[in-house]
Amino acid sequence: MHDKVKAQGGRGVSIALAGSGGAGVMTAGNMLLKAAAQAGWYGLMVRTSGPQIRGGEAAALLRISAEPVECLDDRFDLVIAIDWQNIHRFADELPLDAGSLMVGDPDQGNPPEVLTQRGTRLAQVPIKKMAKAIPGSWPNMIMLGIAAALVGLPLDAVKSVVEAAYGKKKKELLTPNLAAVEAGFASAQTLPAVPQLAAVEPTQTPRWLLTGNQAAGYGALRGGVRFVAGYPITPATEVLEWLSPALTKVGGTLLQAEDELASINMIIGASFGGVPSLTVTAGPGLALMAEALGLAVAAEVPVVVLDVMRGGPSTGIPAKSEQSDVSIALFGLHGDAPHLVIAPNSIADCLGATQWAVHLAEAMQSPAIVLSDQFFGQTQAVVDRPADMHFIGERAKASAPTEAYKRYALTESGVSPMSIPGTPGGAYTADGLTHNERGVPSSQAADHLAQLDKRERKLLRHDYGDYWAEIDGQGEIAVITFGSCTGPVRDALARAAADGIKVRLVSMRLLAPAQPERLSEALRGVKKVLVVEQNHSGQFHRYLRADFDLPGEVRSLRHPGPLPIHAEEIYRKITEWSLM
Amino acid sequence: MSTASVAAAPITAAAFKSAYKPIWCPGCGDYSVLSSITKAFAMLDLRPENVAVVSGIGCSSRIPAYTTCYGFHGVHGRALAAGTGLKVARPDLTVLVAGGDGDGYSIGGNHFLHACRRNVDLTYIVMDNHVYGMTKGQPSPTTEPDWESKLSPGGTGLRTFHPLVVALASGANFIARTFAGDPNGTAQIIADAIRTPGFSFVEILSPCVTLRPEQRGWKEQAHPASVATTSDPAKAARYLMTDDGFNIGVLYKGNRKPYQPPMGKGTKRVADLEAEFSI
Repeated sequence: MHDKVKAQGGRGVSIALAGSGGAGVMTAGNMLLKAAAQAGWYGLMVRTSGPQIRGGEAAALLRISAEPVECLDDRFDLVIAIDWQNIHRFADELPLDAGSLMVGDPDQGNPPEVLTQRGTRLAQVPIKKMAKAIPGSWPNMIMLGIAAALVGLPLDAVKSVVEAAYGKKKKELLTPNLAAVEAGFASAQTLPAVPQLAAVEPTQTPRWLLTGNQAAGYGALRGGVRFVAGYPITPATEVLEWLSPALTKVGGTLLQAEDELASINMIIGASFGGVPSLTVTAGPGLALMAEALGLAVAAEVPVVVLDVMRGGPSTGIPAKSEQSDVSIALFGLHGDAPHLVIAPNSIADCLGATQWAVHLAEAMQSPAIVLSDQFFGQTQAVVDRPADMHFIGERAKASAPTEAYKRYALTESGVSPMSIPGTPGGAYTADGLTHNERGVPSSQAADHLAQLDKRERKLLRHDYGDYWAEIDGQGEIAVITFGSCTGPVRDALARAAADGIKVRLVSMRLLAPAQPERLSEALRGVKKVLVVEQNHSGQFHRYLRADFDLPGEVRSLRHPGPLPIHAEEIYRKITEWSLM
Repeated sequence: MSTASVAAAPITAAAFKSAYKPIWCPGCGDYSVLSSITKAFAMLDLRPENVAVVSGIGCSSRIPAYTTCYGFHGVHGRALAAGTGLKVARPDLTVLVAGGDGDGYSIGGNHFLHACRRNVDLTYIVMDNHVYGMTKGQPSPTTEPDWESKLSPGGTGLRTFHPLVVALASGANFIARTFAGDPNGTAQIIADAIRTPGFSFVEILSPCVTLRPEQRGWKEQAHPASVATTSDPAKAARYLMTDDGFNIGVLYKGNRKPYQPPMGKGTKRVADLEAEFSI
């Protein structure tokens, strides 16, 4: 191999493995990430493909680093393609430059111009011929060997992952594919260099490899959810698929509903029965659930709705990320309907944020919407095992209700103990009709006002603690963001810090109810505020402008999906602004 | 309302009726249905705290609060979904879902199909008066095609929906029709429906004398079904397809196993699940 280049600190190495659907690029990517994880690196892998369910073009986008990573980098160091078929369709997602290296199979023709026009170097390896020469092996294993060698992953680490995959059940596949990995690894020795991974020691602390969808499912169970109803929808379905067997193990149950209208009403029914309940959906499903969420507000039935956001409106871009359900989550309910909206700020935090949402929903007998997104949900990441949190869903229950029981009693906290079916003496009717303290329907102005006040009060009086936001750094410039933009913002701030520019980060986990005093406190001394979000209309920016007091000059940095907001864009905006 | 003090003593039908005065018009069939439901609960020796009455929106959907049971008055058309979630999460409860023809057959039609198909152990009562009552007189799926209203001058011209046939085709395990004018017979059938495992569907002809005064004549039209209850769906289908809409009785009772999704025994602690994420 030519001169070795060291990867820059935390940026790590970015690799794209591309090919036609079915060529096994996802398998190769998974194995590469697993090998890196076991050898002590952090990393993540985004799966990207065309709209086809099977076939079509596909790419595994990886970033591997000695330090934790929470998003893709702005550019790729290395692209390896088994073939070039249709890869131009996601050229936008493969930013390359003169420092990047493309490795292709000369028998598959030339790479599309859109990839070469930025001066990217091209190297050739006859991937398919090499696989053919080893009967029983696959081209993606050749690709895996090339990738490992180029970025400096030890051959043994990759081989042990291949052994684990095929060694037990499919022994006849093991020998040829190990040979293919070795052949690919050897072939890379003559290729031009790409940045190498910084050396790491084997990890001493526990790490996990999981997706945000899995993390959210696990967080729901940690919070106490034992009933789930859901309807399949991209990119949220995997949460249901993970929860279905998991619930059975821990003593709960999952129902596949006939539609999202049923899902939300099923969980409201189950929660009325005293069982903490959750549903999982994406934007179109959330829209269908909006009416029943109003019922959950009025009848004070706690439920959690996990919305894994995707490109919208309508069918939009179902398998790509976008933060465009902010407005519907905050304002999509009819009537005056205060409720909770919570956003995880990393893949690992999908666990904590969902667990917290269950805790808050139960504590305040309120619906909670958790805004995850496709990037979090479907990206596989190596993370430090999140610290245990003691957020458990605990509902105030009426223990020995008597005839005088008032289900909707006007308490100081706004929370009224709930009688659970089966409790003698506590029968009441949960009602979407405006009601009095006893739950009896009433259209009187005083009852309406008293119950609206109560439902607002219970959310506003709750102490959300420090968990409402992640606040980091000092300086007169602040970036306010939420969700999956937090990763690129952190990367951008690290680059700015390297230039000596101090920037404050506020990543909001609790979007609603609004905490204007807390935000003002976090922004004390700030003169410039940059709001970063991934949608077209600046939904988060508008919300901040309307419900919070922002100091100094405020700017919005935003664009819709499917392209992520890159750290580079944010960094540039900050450096330009800091010079003014 | 408190039942704790009377422990295991049998509970009368009257004790299942709450103190709240129904909003229904004088002469509404739903008064009798309420009586039949409370009689059935008493017959089955149920206790109010172990029964949940779930409904959607409409005149008849006000019924939960008129009982002393746990009630759930939800959104329009989704009562079966709420009742299904409740029963699956709390199989120990007796769940009775109740509503009208607009709520169940129009806006809630999809849930009706899937509740029949799913066969969760609950009872669904539809108080069918062939009209939207609460919004004062629009045609429902069971309204006759020539019935005139402001919204449908000259009638809808649409054929009526046949809920019993749909229930059978969709897999309901128990299908009956009753007439509100016979509260004792209706109570017997509701009790049988609750007792029968799986999804039990009871269509109750419940006249709306305000908007459809001609329904007072149902008294003369309702008649006992000329055939006995069958467990043969083919026979039931033939009979229901030629039905005059006034056959009263249990028309089909199958042997389908009720659906209860695997409710795990909780053999694992939640923390045990994280092993699969460990590198």
